[in-house]
Amino acid sequence: MMSYYKWRKFKSSAMITLCLISVLIAIVPLFVILLYTISKGVDAISWDFFTKMPKPAGEAGGGMANALVGSGILLGLGSIVGLPVGILSGIYLSENRNSMFASIVRFLTEVLNGIPSIVVGVFAYGVIVVPMHRFSAIAGGFALAILMLPIVTRTTEEMLNLVPASFREASLALGISKWKTTLFVIFPTAMKGVFTGILLSIARAAGETAPLLFTSLGNRFWSTQLDQPIASLTVFIYDYAKAPFDDWNRQAWAAALVLVVIILFINIIFRIISRKR
Amino acid sequence: MQNSKELNQDQENSEKLQPTTDFIKRKDKIRKSRNLGDFIFNNLTKFFASLLLLLVILMGFMMYLQALPSIQKFGWGFLTSMEWDPVQENYGALPFIFGTLYSSLLAILIALPLSVGIAIFLSEFSPKWLEGPLSMLVELLAAIPSIVYGLFGMFVIAPWLRQTIEPFLGDKLGNIFLFKGPPYGLGMLAGVLILTIMILPIITSISRDVLKAIPDSQREASFALGATKWETVKIILASGKSGILGAALLGLGRAVGETMAVTMVIGNNPQISTSLFAPGYTMPSVIANEFTEATSDLYLSSLIEIAFLLFILTIILNSIARLIVWSITKKYSKGVEV
Repeated sequence: MMSYYKWRKFKSSAMITLCLISVLIAIVPLFVILLYTISKGVDAISWDFFTKMPKPAGEAGGGMANALVGSGILLGLGSIVGLPVGILSGIYLSENRNSMFASIVRFLTEVLNGIPSIVVGVFAYGVIVVPMHRFSAIAGGFALAILMLPIVTRTTEEMLNLVPASFREASLALGISKWKTTLFVIFPTAMKGVFTGILLSIARAAGETAPLLFTSLGNRFWSTQLDQPIASLTVFIYDYAKAPFDDWNRQAWAAALVLVVIILFINIIFRIISRKR
Repeated sequence: MQNSKELNQDQENSEKLQPTTDFIKRKDKIRKSRNLGDFIFNNLTKFFASLLLLLVILMGFMMYLQALPSIQKFGWGFLTSMEWDPVQENYGALPFIFGTLYSSLLAILIALPLSVGIAIFLSEFSPKWLEGPLSMLVELLAAIPSIVYGLFGMFVIAPWLRQTIEPFLGDKLGNIFLFKGPPYGLGMLAGVLILTIMILPIITSISRDVLKAIPDSQREASFALGATKWETVKIILASGKSGILGAALLGLGRAVGETMAVTMVIGNNPQISTSLFAPGYTMPSVIANEFTEATSDLYLSSLIEIAFLLFILTIILNSIARLIVWSITKKYSKGVEV
């Protein structure tokens, strides 16, 4: 019979093994999904994919040049609205760490981050699509801006907080005013981090589908007009995945590959930079 | 921070003195213009920060207004009615509420033990050099877009479930209410599995941060009493359990609002069935599928009411979760990135 001590030792190592197994269970899907997307996507991807327009239903070939440009326009619109607000809010939160108002805003940033993206889409529909009487790139960009906002605000605040207090003290000791210290000493020091935070928020917005379904809608034709429906990579994947044509399904995988490569690339860069500090 | 405050105080004190010479007057002028700069800059950033506050309030208000026709027509019955009939203009959200809660709770049930296991491994057992890369891999799961999960679920997981897993489970455990009915592939089980993978990273990273915030003195005390590694972990878990609860609530908030991946795999059939094989429907899915097709104002208003319910639900879940996580990490007075 095993002594009680040995039993305890055994139980301990068994539980550690279980923990290790759960790590493996989490990592296996990551690799399976990535490898599957790569193998399916590489099969379907070609030069045409980036340069040609979608072909009519049932015809093989064609690409999604319009969706790539459309996604770019939507992200641009989202950035124009979301980034300045996010960065300035982040500066405010970092400069007023202990104020009551800042705590409330910080809390709401987290809450906003947790609101489902489809709800943001419904909001953008109510605020922009209904008054304009049509689906438009502007409405899609607005929805994306709301989704980018909490990420930019939080990373900006975190990155500014990382700047050593001695920088601020040195600048203030030289008689430089507070706002100049913030803007020309603290902010440039944290610039690299803030920039990666911006990239991270763009990566999140690039992968969003739900808020675009009924704001920018999607468009099979070439359009860069901001007040018209516009194509996007993610809505394109959704439509093509549901379609009963093999060729369209293949193109959906190609689009997924493009999306995953861009997003993972940005995320890995972000993690490497923010870990170094 | 402290120093800048003191500096401000000095400035204020010196302003109270009467300047007697031109020199001092000129200096004072410079100082005032500086303070004006501070005033403008501070209020400018404050204005933008208030936009965030305004946005959340406006969101709730706008959706409430647009949901009003449906709220007035159906009242509380909207939450308990099974009917979803666009032809008769009769709308009730119960099948969607059920589908959302059922799939999310099951996903939490699977994801929570896994996530806590990973968090324990990362914070207690992992060698230092392995911790960074492992955390990064788990967090990358959160970076994969929802639509890609959906694509994978639709073309890989659903066929696999239909051909292999569901017939097997139905054969062996067919008497249990969870595994009744024909295997469809696209259904609750596929939705639950996808959701589990998707909420794993957030529960893991917050649980890990909570465990790491617990001071080493507790571990040392436990080891000093002769406890094994696992017995020590149990003590740490007891200290961190409210934080892990917060992490689980945050995960639940994510699962409840997840749209694309679930819509693509759950089967989209408004029925209430406890069987995992049966197709279901969730609140975000019905919005995603039917919003552009909503022909009447009441139809649209009902869909917006569902969005409004989701909004309220996720705000409550997130608020409670954040407060719990913040209070525990504050208790151990160490900043945690959430």
